[in-house]
Amino acid sequence: MRKGLLNELKWSDVTPRADFLNRRQILAAAGAIAMTGPVAAQTSGRFSTDEAPNTLAEISSYNNFYEFGTDKSDPSRYAGALQTDPWAIKIDGMVDRPGSYDLSDILSGVTLEERIYRFRCVEAWSMVIPWVGFELATLLNRVGIQPGAKFVAFETLVRPDEMPGQRRPLLEWPYREGLRLDEAMNPLTLLATGLYGEAMPNQNGAPIRLVVPWKYGFKSIKSVVRISVTDQMPQTTWNMLQPSEYGFYSNVNPKVDHPRWSQASERRVGSGLFAKRLDTPMFNGYGDQVASLYSGQDLSKDF
Amino acid sequence: MVVQSINSVLRRVSPLWLYGLGLLPLVWLIWQLNTGALGVDPTKRIEHQLGEWALQLLVAGLMVTPLRRLTGVTLIRYRRAIGLLAFFYVSLHLATWLLLDLQLRWSEIWADIVKRPYITIGMAGFLAMLPLAVTSNNRSVRWLGPGAWQRLHRLTYMAALAGALHYLWLVKAWPLEPILYGIMVILLLTLRIFWRWQSYRRAPPSGQSAPAQ
Repeated sequence: MRKGLLNELKWSDVTPRADFLNRRQILAAAGAIAMTGPVAAQTSGRFSTDEAPNTLAEISSYNNFYEFGTDKSDPSRYAGALQTDPWAIKIDGMVDRPGSYDLSDILSGVTLEERIYRFRCVEAWSMVIPWVGFELATLLNRVGIQPGAKFVAFETLVRPDEMPGQRRPLLEWPYREGLRLDEAMNPLTLLATGLYGEAMPNQNGAPIRLVVPWKYGFKSIKSVVRISVTDQMPQTTWNMLQPSEYGFYSNVNPKVDHPRWSQASERRVGSGLFAKRLDTPMFNGYGDQVASLYSGQDLSKDF
Repeated sequence: MVVQSINSVLRRVSPLWLYGLGLLPLVWLIWQLNTGALGVDPTKRIEHQLGEWALQLLVAGLMVTPLRRLTGVTLIRYRRAIGLLAFFYVSLHLATWLLLDLQLRWSEIWADIVKRPYITIGMAGFLAMLPLAVTSNNRSVRWLGPGAWQRLHRLTYMAALAGALHYLWLVKAWPLEPILYGIMVILLLTLRIFWRWQSYRRAPPSGQSAPAQ
């Protein structure tokens, strides 16, 4: 956290979370939250971890979002230019009601809830993040999945004018991700529109992003503009760049190393210079909810 | 004229100043740590910053000879300080990795060194610098004799190449900085190969060729 720049600090940095949520609920009641609508910040105890979340300043100043540059501080530096209103998601492929859906249409009728998830980056660092969002399954059910569908593909916005990283062919734009349909329908899988009860900071993937907590962070695609339901395993950005290092599944797995570094342990960032390194749990600790999805699969091959 | 006056000014500046100057970045890093300016993940920042400074100093050391041959400006008196500072920063870089990053989890450290090419090559670069640091004093030059000492210190080329590769190999995708360091090291080494080849052409094998560094 930058102590020198007081104006970058938010209430969530200095306020205990319980007080903070009360305050947000008051604000929400006053209609102070514009875009994401009223945030009923009810924490879903069933899925949330009780580990201490990182502060909002930490979560929004340390990001991998190559659309804005490769340095962790590039997204917070440059994402301010991103226009997130209006925003629409094109939903196509094997769905009953394809179309371009305005974000407000997507959000009307869904109940936003808070989920405090562990977030494990493929670079062997981790955070704990209080997301606000809703289950992806809700949206997929609303548009109607056709029989025979097997996968869901996602794409990030391409707008080099506002995303300086896209002016170089660093990755093949648009950024692409994908899930198997059963992974997409799992209740852990979220479309998140906020953090700490506030609208999603641009650098974290505003206005709407995927959150798949048992997979490495790069699977949780940001600033989504397209969702396609298909019967083919979709192409995914990091897999296209380096298939030997980034598999389609990319489940957090301490036993399957990244070819260039170990995945056995992780640094929980934000807890200081001498914070203890943690052992990485299988499926990032969400095995109870998701291990059954992969029964019969050899996860060292389907990495 | 300009070159001569630069050289005459430099003759009056003791290399000792360079050691003092070379420690300033470390002071700055510690100060930043204290103010929280290193951000959310200070360990990684410190680790990467120390490694990058070591690589920059290695590249600076490799520039001394080309600078003299191409412009006449002589920094040879400062090269020892540059090399020792590079070794100092690479040692701190390694110590940060062992103590703060991997926290002496020896099984993981060992697995990294043997299984991860970028760490293997980084370790090789560090090991190549060890004998150079140890023999950086005048007594070692006398003890080894100038010829042998010079040959030994060509390990610098290995160290710089290892450092550049280590950086390029650890990043995801192709960011600019590691590519630039790689190009600089390769250019500086190619220049030497070229000079060596030229001197061979001019004075075939038996003759005393001009020093190729």
